[in-house]
Amino acid sequence: MSLVDWVSEPVNWVFSAIALAVLFSGFRVVTSQNLVHAALFLVGTLGGTAALFLMLSAEFVAWVLVLVYIGAVVVLFLFGIMITRAPTGLDVGLDADERLVPAILSAAVFVMLAWASVDAFGLREIATTGTATSTEVIGESLLGRFVVPFEVVSFVLLAALIGGITIARRDLTPVEEQERLSV
Amino acid sequence: MLLNQFLILAAALFAFGVYGLLVRRNIVLILLSVELMLNAVNINLVAFESVLATSQAVGQVFAIFVITVAAAEVGIGLAIVLLIFRNRKSANVDELSLMRW
Amino acid sequence: MFDLLILAQEHGAERSFGDGGFFGDTAWIMLVLPFVAFLLIMAFGKRMRHQGGEIAVAALAVNTVWATILFVANMTGGVLASHTFEIARIGSDLVFELGWIVDGLSILMYFLVSLVGLVVFVYAIGYMHGDRRVPWFFAAFSLFAGAMLVLVGAPNLVQMIIGWEGVGLASYFLIGFYWEDLENVRAGNKAFMTNKVADVGLVLGAVILGVTVGTFDFTELSRLAADHSEELGAVALVAALLLFFGAMGKSAQFPFHIWLPDAMAGPTPVSSLMHAATMVTAGVYLMARVFPLFENLATGARGLMVVIGAVTLLGIGLLAVVQDDIKRVLAYSTVSQLGYMMAAMAAGGYTAGLFHLFTHAFFKALLFLGAGSVIHAVHSNNMSDMGGLRKDMPTTYWTFIVGSLALAGIFPFAGFWSKDEILATLGFEGYIAVMWVAVAGAFVTAFYMARCVALTFHGTYKGPAHPHESPRIMTAPLIALAIPSAIVGLLNIPGVSWPVIGNFTDWLGVRVVAMGDHHAEGIDFALAAIGLTAAVAGGLIGWAIYGRDRDTQAQRDRFQIPVLYPLLHRKYFMDHVALGVVGATAGPLARFVDWTNTYLIDGVINAVGGLTKGLGGLVYNGVDQIGVDGIFNGISAAADGAGSVVRRLQTGKVQQYAAGFVAGALILVIVFVFFV
Repeated sequence: MSLVDWVSEPVNWVFSAIALAVLFSGFRVVTSQNLVHAALFLVGTLGGTAALFLMLSAEFVAWVLVLVYIGAVVVLFLFGIMITRAPTGLDVGLDADERLVPAILSAAVFVMLAWASVDAFGLREIATTGTATSTEVIGESLLGRFVVPFEVVSFVLLAALIGGITIARRDLTPVEEQERLSV
Repeated sequence: MLLNQFLILAAALFAFGVYGLLVRRNIVLILLSVELMLNAVNINLVAFESVLATSQAVGQVFAIFVITVAAAEVGIGLAIVLLIFRNRKSANVDELSLMRW
Repeated sequence: MFDLLILAQEHGAERSFGDGGFFGDTAWIMLVLPFVAFLLIMAFGKRMRHQGGEIAVAALAVNTVWATILFVANMTGGVLASHTFEIARIGSDLVFELGWIVDGLSILMYFLVSLVGLVVFVYAIGYMHGDRRVPWFFAAFSLFAGAMLVLVGAPNLVQMIIGWEGVGLASYFLIGFYWEDLENVRAGNKAFMTNKVADVGLVLGAVILGVTVGTFDFTELSRLAADHSEELGAVALVAALLLFFGAMGKSAQFPFHIWLPDAMAGPTPVSSLMHAATMVTAGVYLMARVFPLFENLATGARGLMVVIGAVTLLGIGLLAVVQDDIKRVLAYSTVSQLGYMMAAMAAGGYTAGLFHLFTHAFFKALLFLGAGSVIHAVHSNNMSDMGGLRKDMPTTYWTFIVGSLALAGIFPFAGFWSKDEILATLGFEGYIAVMWVAVAGAFVTAFYMARCVALTFHGTYKGPAHPHESPRIMTAPLIALAIPSAIVGLLNIPGVSWPVIGNFTDWLGVRVVAMGDHHAEGIDFALAAIGLTAAVAGGLIGWAIYGRDRDTQAQRDRFQIPVLYPLLHRKYFMDHVALGVVGATAGPLARFVDWTNTYLIDGVINAVGGLTKGLGGLVYNGVDQIGVDGIFNGISAAADGAGSVVRRLQTGKVQQYAAGFVAGALILVIVFVFFV
């Protein structure tokens, strides 16, 4: 397929638009000097990603993304930002001084990944089917082929839950300790 | 649509995430960058799935798992950040360099 | 061993030979037992009632049993066997073996050494009672017995030399037994050194034989000699003379006789056994063993040996006449008798020489023990302190008489027969002059023995001590030895072979007529009469001169022939000559050696030492301090430096670690994706 063909498909215009949005958001996540802005730009990235999933007929995943990631994770982030009383305004010192090496490294990573992808897949196309992947299929898969990882992940979540509580708990003061024991 | 357009997009997002990981001083922002990287991976997975068209939606299931684990990881990570902040009154990662020579 | 058998039969042996059976096979016990006794005495002697004498006697008693059984076996049936085992080997031919031989000659010697040794040991228990270091005495004495048996049981020259040196060592120990007195130590040194000089000849002779003909074994050598081997013939003269040289030392032939009189410094039992009966006869024994070697020698060489024997015989015999020390009389007498034996052997009288060895052992040992008894009684060695002892010491007296008669060669005592045999041999082989010398020697022998007996036992005792007869433990051996001294001569009457036991010549195993031995078929009455007359004359004249009692003992010994006496008294000035020679050479030689030692040897050693030291310093400072230490210090410094550099990686900054991760992962991925 040539560039002309690609451009002529309307799907690709949509894709391009969303991709640009995502890229921009992603870029701003890592370069924003405002903590809350960074978090919110992540929301944007995730939203764009969800849209892309929809384009790839992965409806369930898209909505899971929205629900879990944007709905919970980012909220959690905002909680974290608030609780740590991080300066919510402009903060000049958010980035490290040495930025060249990370830039080179990330550029190298990109180049390597891109090259690998292009080298491997070339101009392979995705067949855009009208039907989205049904949730039923995913459900069956989760409880069929991937039942073990499914269960394990539930343990992981349990561990994270308990772990989070335990880590973040305030240590009892000696007085409170005494009270607890005498009861 | 080309497969590669997704992959390259994901690569770019991943690269951004790496950059953010290495540059940001605030721990929370580092975690944020990590989320960005995970998200890039998700795009990859789903894109592959759409190409492979497995009968069990393997890529998508994988992506779900990634999301789940990411959520768990954020929970723990922020708990730790909380603790650090409580002890040091700062979320600056540069100050956490006690285990040095 | 079979070779000897074949040899014997080739040369007309009339009897067949057994191999000694059980006792022949186990004869090594005789060789080993005295050494075991040595160890036991050293370990336990001090605690025993007779200070270890019991062990020594027991060992020799066992030996005597073995030896007697073998002796009887040999008498009745003949024994011929040799047992050896190899201990070393040079090249493919020259073997060094140890073992034991049982044939007529060695059985004779086993018997002699064991029996006489046993008797003397018993005597010694009494003689040494209360003396100092008695356990050591018996230990060294046992050592001697063992070494002597090793010597006589040797199947080859190597073992014989081992035994030879062993008896020399034991002799040194025992002569210098009372080492608190420097004179005794000197006497021991003299004996050892003189023997050592002669041993040069022995060893050289043995080596020459071994190297040229490839064997040390006596049987082999005999066979080679009998076969007139060319190899042997080439070196026979040299080897024979060298071996004779060695024999001269041990058997005190002129001029190596000088050690024997001084050896009387040792305790009397030692003098009796070693320096009369056994050790000194080792030289004669050696001659007997290599007898075939001498057979083919030119007459001149043999003549020389005979002359040496003759000179010893008469010359040293004369010295006995002027001695005051009773042991010295007997010592010079022993030398003289050894001269007889050597002269006989050299002249070709195999049987004659050995027979005289056999008889002499008995009566000389007896005489020494008797002398010991007397010395014990009067506490002095000198005849000038004796006199009239026959009244107080009858047993000693009578046994001494028997011994003296035997020595003098009076019919029918043992010495008569053996001396007669020697005279006959000398005559037969054509050494007429030497024969007359031997006759003169018989005269002299009788003379000095008469003197000895007269001065010691006759007259009256004028000394301070209270002489009394020795205890039974000492007189019993005297009697035990007196019996053979009397009758043993009858075992070899020429032409007579007793029923069942045969005669001495037969016992020697090989009818050696063909080997040059002359064994008279009948008694030469004329010669016997001449010998007897000489002896009787000597005895009577001696008695006449010394027999009468006078006011002092010294007066009795006043007889002195003008020119002869001073010469004899100063032992032919030999000591002066020896000292002069030694003094003239030893001094400058010693100085030269000292210079060599100090400047050359020490110089070299010092130089080497200095060089080593310098080298050591160099190595230490250069190589070790700088080099080796430098390497190690360098390594550790490098590690240190590397560490201090590398540790800066640990900044503690997580992001830097993360950067590292990413970079690493990147590289790996590139490698795996693009290259692998």
